[in-house]
Amino acid sequence: MKLPIFLDNHSTTPMDPRVLDTMLPYFVEKFGNAASRNHAFGWAAEEAVEQARKQIAKLIKADPKEIVFTSGATESDNLAIKGVLEMYGEKGNHIITSSTEHRAVLDTVKSLEGKGKAAVTYLSVDKFGMVNPEDVRKAITAKTILISIMLANNEIGTINPVKEIGKIAKEKGILFHCDATQGVGKIPVDVQEMGIDLMSFTSHKMYGPKGVGALYVRKKNPRVRIASQMDGGGHERGMRSGTLPVPLIVGFGKACELCEQEMAKDTTRLIAMRDRLEASIMKALEESYLNGHPINRLPGNLNISFAYVEGESLLMGMKDIALSSGSACTSATLEPSYVLRALGVGTELAHSSIRFGLGRFNTDDEIDYTIKKVIEVVTKLREMSPLYEMAKEGVDLKSVQWAAH
Amino acid sequence: MAYSEKVVDHFNNPRNMGSFKKDEEGVGTGMVGAPECGDVMKLQIKVQNDTIVDAKFKTFGCGSAIASSSLATEWLKGKTIEEAQQIKNTDIVQELNLPPVKIHCSVLAEDAIKAALADYQKKADGALADAK
Repeated sequence: MKLPIFLDNHSTTPMDPRVLDTMLPYFVEKFGNAASRNHAFGWAAEEAVEQARKQIAKLIKADPKEIVFTSGATESDNLAIKGVLEMYGEKGNHIITSSTEHRAVLDTVKSLEGKGKAAVTYLSVDKFGMVNPEDVRKAITAKTILISIMLANNEIGTINPVKEIGKIAKEKGILFHCDATQGVGKIPVDVQEMGIDLMSFTSHKMYGPKGVGALYVRKKNPRVRIASQMDGGGHERGMRSGTLPVPLIVGFGKACELCEQEMAKDTTRLIAMRDRLEASIMKALEESYLNGHPINRLPGNLNISFAYVEGESLLMGMKDIALSSGSACTSATLEPSYVLRALGVGTELAHSSIRFGLGRFNTDDEIDYTIKKVIEVVTKLREMSPLYEMAKEGVDLKSVQWAAH
Repeated sequence: MAYSEKVVDHFNNPRNMGSFKKDEEGVGTGMVGAPECGDVMKLQIKVQNDTIVDAKFKTFGCGSAIASSSLATEWLKGKTIEEAQQIKNTDIVQELNLPPVKIHCSVLAEDAIKAALADYQKKADGALADAK
């Protein structure tokens, strides 16, 4: 086993070596511009792009013509939301989203709201982080033009009832955008069955290269139109100009193909490792709390709060394991995770949270090491914690008058 | 963010971690911070003849907060009450090479020192009044 161990697969994933092999010819040998229609270099590039488009579309049960390449999920989210608002602005300006969306969605709608271009409803979630489809229905007004709800949350892994939300959107004739960045490649996604009209996803969360993503844009029932946000040569049927990054797209396609072929196997392995990690930690450490949905959650996700210890110090104590925390100290804003806060997790427990993100290349040995290390470090830091000492003495921490600073 | 070597050293080998009994003679206790802010420091001093003979800490917080309080206990030992009053958060920042986002950890450590000294003073004054 090699250290450090990578257990932060929600932030990004290592690239599968098989993906790299597929990409290599497209850097030096087959370097053509896919938009060059009149020579062999261009044809070879175009053929490769179209092959990748098919692989990607197959994974989400879409038509290849419905795939628009972007630089990643953030751009896809921006393009979907701003593109719909601009195109359908005459019908209305109301957008429904949820409070636990990724910042690529939240900051986009907030920016539109701030400029007076959109009115936004932020739906709250239940204690497991799930959006209630009935809340979506109730929030719809005559002015609603877009519903934007994520498939699976990046911090807690909770999977939303997207199919039910899609059904309501269809019923009401409102477009449904789904940020599926964490879900595609990990859990089955079917844009038909789920009633999704626009869907953002990215290659580097599914063992493909960074720098390429896609926006699914429905072509039939209804035909969705979006205003482009990047002007230029009219690539991607006018929706996203810019020369296509052929090697990245080829890698993205291969990554999708591998995810489709290996999803069942990966899922079984990941759930077994994740459940073992969870059970061993929870059994050994009292007052450890699971954040997120106990069942409807991504196979590789585990988010736990360890009462009385602060997240950043936990990460520091486990420096040979790459993890992430909802603690304010690890964010630029000095606020603890807004996702955990939206679930009703107390601020002090949000500061104490650790996100474990398991992926295709993690091994049982790594999980064994992590279990041992987590138990050791949490125990050590609790010994050092005045809060743990007080709790052991029977002091109710909530009754203490703290001097907030 | 990379931590300075000194922060890592204090974090891995905390000096004087632990507790005195609060009602022990000559012990002053300072507890500052709040759990919802992500850091709470408890700093204790044991005073004999106006000199701090021992100090202990317990901290809930990030590595820099733990290092700041560990360093504070090291510095407090052997100092007189008056000398201890002179410890400034900027001294801690300098010694530990704290980046700007971690300056609040040093402020908290200074507050903890002040609170422990004030608690000791209050107890000493009370004992004096009782004696009279």
